[in-house]
Amino acid sequence: MSWNRVSVVGAGLIKMGELFDQSYEQMARGAFDAAIASVDHGMDPKDIDAVFVATQRGTLWGQEGIGGNTVPSALGLNGVACTRIENACPSGSDAFRVGCMAVASGLHDVVLVIGVEKMRDKSSEEGLLARAAGGHPVYTRGESAPVLFAPFATRHMHDFGTTKEMLASVAVKNHHNGKLDPYAHFQYEVTVEQVLNAPEVCSPLGLLDCCPQTDGAAAVLITTPERAADYTAKPVQVAGIGIATDHPYLHEKDNFVGMSATVGASSRAYEMANLGPTDMDMAEVHDCFTITEILDIEDLGFFEKGKGGIASLEGETALDGSIPINTSGGLLAKGHPIGATGIAQLTECWWQLREEAGDRQVKLRSGNALQHNVGGRGSGVSVVNILTIAE
Amino acid sequence: MIEGQLLPELNEFTEPFHEFASRGELRIQKCESCGVLRMPPRPMCPACGSTSFVWQLMSGRGRVWSYVVAHPPLLPAYAELAPYVVAIVELEEDPLIRLCGNLVFDSTGPINEVQASDVTIAQEVTAVFPPADDGFVLPAWQITGATQPT
Ligand SMILES: [Zn+2]
Repeated sequence: MSWNRVSVVGAGLIKMGELFDQSYEQMARGAFDAAIASVDHGMDPKDIDAVFVATQRGTLWGQEGIGGNTVPSALGLNGVACTRIENACPSGSDAFRVGCMAVASGLHDVVLVIGVEKMRDKSSEEGLLARAAGGHPVYTRGESAPVLFAPFATRHMHDFGTTKEMLASVAVKNHHNGKLDPYAHFQYEVTVEQVLNAPEVCSPLGLLDCCPQTDGAAAVLITTPERAADYTAKPVQVAGIGIATDHPYLHEKDNFVGMSATVGASSRAYEMANLGPTDMDMAEVHDCFTITEILDIEDLGFFEKGKGGIASLEGETALDGSIPINTSGGLLAKGHPIGATGIAQLTECWWQLREEAGDRQVKLRSGNALQHNVGGRGSGVSVVNILTIAE
Repeated sequence: MIEGQLLPELNEFTEPFHEFASRGELRIQKCESCGVLRMPPRPMCPACGSTSFVWQLMSGRGRVWSYVVAHPPLLPAYAELAPYVVAIVELEEDPLIRLCGNLVFDSTGPINEVQASDVTIAQEVTAVFPPADDGFVLPAWQITGATQPT
């Protein structure tokens, strides 16, 4: 497959957290300003000719349709092309993928991909009851996200001997990284004992096995390699993009020890990039729960199926490990403002590849980084994006 | 706040499932054209697109595919029973048809009588039909047999 290349020339986000004091549009503005400020040679916002907005829930529960088209006006970009992308937890990474298609096709030159999500303005109870009404027509009464992922933990523990300590080691590592990330929602360390002794939510998952509900926004600026030279001498290139789907119901899945959508999305991205898992210097992966990160690092090919738990426990995924995972703190510590999540992960990859990640900086060997989300009903969709500093 | 149990919202495709369950029958939608079973109930066969189907009687036998233990905070009707086990059961007739439900030792037993330590993956279970709120019957799974190799 031949395609016109795409360059990332700017990226930024706002401090994640419970942002009751900021409106949806204010959060978008914060991320946009950060991305513009990151452009080495500066960028006139008027250069932007299209915006892709990733939002899963809109501005509020019950107003899902509103998010998206309010964004250009709030950014001083009124009149520009704008499309809202909703694709469950990979909404942000998919908006990036669609933005790349817009640039690669030649239809647009300079594109803003921005993710914005309000998660906290309505109570958790309201959110859960809304999910309950929209869940499985027969059985999913009161379904919550931990209920969807905990059976994978039970089954992975049964099939491969994965332990709760191995799950806990993921939370410990990601909180450690989050403490080094000024944008993370949680900026404190946790110990294995604290994770193991935290209140149980949906066993085998406890409170610290779960990511928080977080408000946030993140933005990246992409363009053609030719235009990129106007903006920076250090662009990051898009090397590969993959997306894949799976059955919408947990009942129809092949197994409960992996996500076939992740396997499909990553194999397509690796093929497009002509790279493999061993070529990655770091990865930002979808750790909505500790078990999810273990599934991810196996499904993405970093570790053999069944070995992700022991690899995590042994520090293989730490900042100085063989493949640093979730250097930003991940969803577990940085937070999971759904539409913004993938774009915040891409921002971390961009910083790492430009060696601007401060105390979290990993050693660059090959100059490639991978970003991944999985989600939706039955974890039915996954997106993988691969960035590189190679020409 | 919802005080009682969260009951299914019925439509023309899900109502028969509960009607059969209230008679003690586990029936699953089966495509009349290609024979594929499907769950949850829906208008169209995902395999062939046919909209003609029958409600096929199942043996009720299955195996525990995976399970979790629910803990508060939960809605009041559930919080007073927690912690309790929720299992995903694969049916004998088609292991890709998996149903969620509580585990019990006795068909009339409370949903919290089975502890996580009583459950193993691949344990044999049989559908039972205890009454729920408002005349509903929600199939549960009675632990009946040994653990089979996966
Ligand atoms: Zn059919």
